[in-house]
Amino acid sequence: MPLTSAFIIPCSLFDILKMWSLNNITGIIHDWLYQTFSPTWALTFEMVIAGVAVIGLFAVLGLILVIMERKVSAWIQIRLGPNRVGPKGMLQSLADTLKLLVKEGLTPGGADKFLFNLAPIIAMIVAMLLMAPIAFAKDFQLWDLNIGVLYVSAVSSIMVISILMAGWASNNKYSLMGAMRSGAQIVSYELSAGLSILSIVVLTGSLNISDIIYSQADGWWIFKGHIPVIISFVIFIIAVTAETNRAPFDLAEAESELTAGFHTEYSGMKFALFFLAEYVNVFIVCAIGATLFLGGWMPFHIGNWEGFNHVMDYIPSSIWFFGKTFFLIFVIMWFRWTFPRLRIDQLLNLEWKYLLPISMFNLLLVTVIAILGWHF
Amino acid sequence: MHLVITLNGETIKKVEPHLGFIHRSIEKMCESLTYRQFIYVTSRMDYLSAHINNQACALCVEKGMQIEVPERAQVIRTIMAELTRIASHELWWGAMAMDIGAFTPFFHAFREREKINDIMEETCGARLTMNYMVPGGVMIDLHPDFQRKVKEFITLFKLKIHEYDELVTGNIIFRNRMKDVGFLSKEDAISYGCSGPAARGSGVSCDIRKLYPYDAYNKVQFEEVIETAGDSLARYMIRIKEMNQSVHIIEQLIDNIPEGDFQAKTKAVLKLPKGEFYTRVETARGELGVYIVSEGATTPYRIKFRSPGFSNLSALDHMARGSKLGDLVAMMGTLDLVIPDIDR
Repeated sequence: MPLTSAFIIPCSLFDILKMWSLNNITGIIHDWLYQTFSPTWALTFEMVIAGVAVIGLFAVLGLILVIMERKVSAWIQIRLGPNRVGPKGMLQSLADTLKLLVKEGLTPGGADKFLFNLAPIIAMIVAMLLMAPIAFAKDFQLWDLNIGVLYVSAVSSIMVISILMAGWASNNKYSLMGAMRSGAQIVSYELSAGLSILSIVVLTGSLNISDIIYSQADGWWIFKGHIPVIISFVIFIIAVTAETNRAPFDLAEAESELTAGFHTEYSGMKFALFFLAEYVNVFIVCAIGATLFLGGWMPFHIGNWEGFNHVMDYIPSSIWFFGKTFFLIFVIMWFRWTFPRLRIDQLLNLEWKYLLPISMFNLLLVTVIAILGWHF
Repeated sequence: MHLVITLNGETIKKVEPHLGFIHRSIEKMCESLTYRQFIYVTSRMDYLSAHINNQACALCVEKGMQIEVPERAQVIRTIMAELTRIASHELWWGAMAMDIGAFTPFFHAFREREKINDIMEETCGARLTMNYMVPGGVMIDLHPDFQRKVKEFITLFKLKIHEYDELVTGNIIFRNRMKDVGFLSKEDAISYGCSGPAARGSGVSCDIRKLYPYDAYNKVQFEEVIETAGDSLARYMIRIKEMNQSVHIIEQLIDNIPEGDFQAKTKAVLKLPKGEFYTRVETARGELGVYIVSEGATTPYRIKFRSPGFSNLSALDHMARGSKLGDLVAMMGTLDLVIPDIDR
């Protein structure tokens, strides 16, 4: 008797964990809506719920990532970081948001008012649009469109327009220089990011994000795809760091040269939108990286270790997804607080002379591997 | 300081420094202060090497009054000057890394600099503008803990300087940012009147501690660090190596502080004889010259400071032309400009 009871308790714990995984919750809501309302209304309600969820996620992610960045930087810089508001300073970013909300949003005298006010909104809309195809957990996805990867790289390139718009409309020399740098940088690095994403598309044979995740059921691509996939993963991380304007590629807001770059003139909530959009973008590119290379919500499996694989399966898929994503975010934050900044010509040289040729050749290698079926 | 930069895209056409925003007319103020008082004002010139400024002024007054400084005071002054040099270079290292976009080194550098400030605080009573030097020696005797704390600091610092190299010096991005940037030839360095690490990076031998030894520098063994490349990296490496040399100097002196007076017996009122007096010392930034014209009164007739930052700044335009905007801040970093030193 005591043996069985000892066996039952952990099992029920696993069951609870599994029950609380996001895919079950979505299933319950979906069934309830379709039982209670007509299909049209049910669909409308689902869309509203999804919209509210995205806005909520946008705000929560922004808050979490800001406090995470401050804590990580404090840890690297041997100091405490925020430690006054809330337990261990965890509510600091909430307090900062409140402060930014009540601050006056100034518009400089010579600025193009319409574009100046439009730019942060576009930045935010782009960040929100990018959340659509991301699979946050098993079967928990807003829009599983069949060209998900293409959609992500297409929509993320709109980001540069908001930065150029902000830089141009501010009527400030620092803003303009930051925006021009950023334009050159994002357009260049999109190529390598796109090519390294393509290597996974070639291996999977699909642009659909859920297909890509299911293709990694027996192992993540970073383990299955030999060295070429590891190379494209490294290139992807470098390219998205540049695309999100983060150090060591933060030339758009190089504070020692350009004050704050393209958002020098922004204040209050307009600045906060840029700030939030930057962090949400970091989250999104890391989520894409985790989905393509680290298996998204797929648990970690080792070949024939049945017991080990079984235990891994019991960890909810959302925890797998967020764990991998936050690991990549941590790596990108680690870059920021360790490396000095590149110069604009070195930045473009790195892309056009090194990363682009390497990723082109690498794509060729991956294609050969995919055709010959050399991957595991 | 205000740099007016003419740009062509990202390329620098011309750099024009506009000075005077922090001008406090220190030289004029000194004319109405006695020879004991004016030393304290000079702490505010180059506040990062306040000790060495005071030392230069004290040396000049001693030269005029023909005061023999006791050996103990000389050794204490030298140790303090070298500690100041390390502290100044540490701050430069952090600020320099910050200029090219790395934040973390600043905090690491300040961690060690804080130790020096604590040592200073114990003995001198102040952390930044120490005012510890007086004509004839130093103001008060060393704190009993001084030797132990300095030795502790040296042991710690020798470990940490490797961390600096690992974090910044060996970084590929950093090396690319610094190498072949801001080139200054030997001839240009001499003609612009550069001194200190800015000139030694171009291969000019100009270390006053070696060429015209003062206080206890002729009793210690140390190398004058010279690099010949003339670029930003050379100037950077010189300061890193100089920190090691300063540690070496302190190590030789810290166990051999002679017993005796810490201050020579001087008259209550100092009156320099009629004439002109000039001394030069090596601050953390280069050569600081103190020129006193005396009419035989209790206050100087005219004082002129030859500050290292001002001459080094004049080379900036020459160095920066044709390079990118991002490199300008790196060059300013390697020149180690301290604005109150330039404006006075």
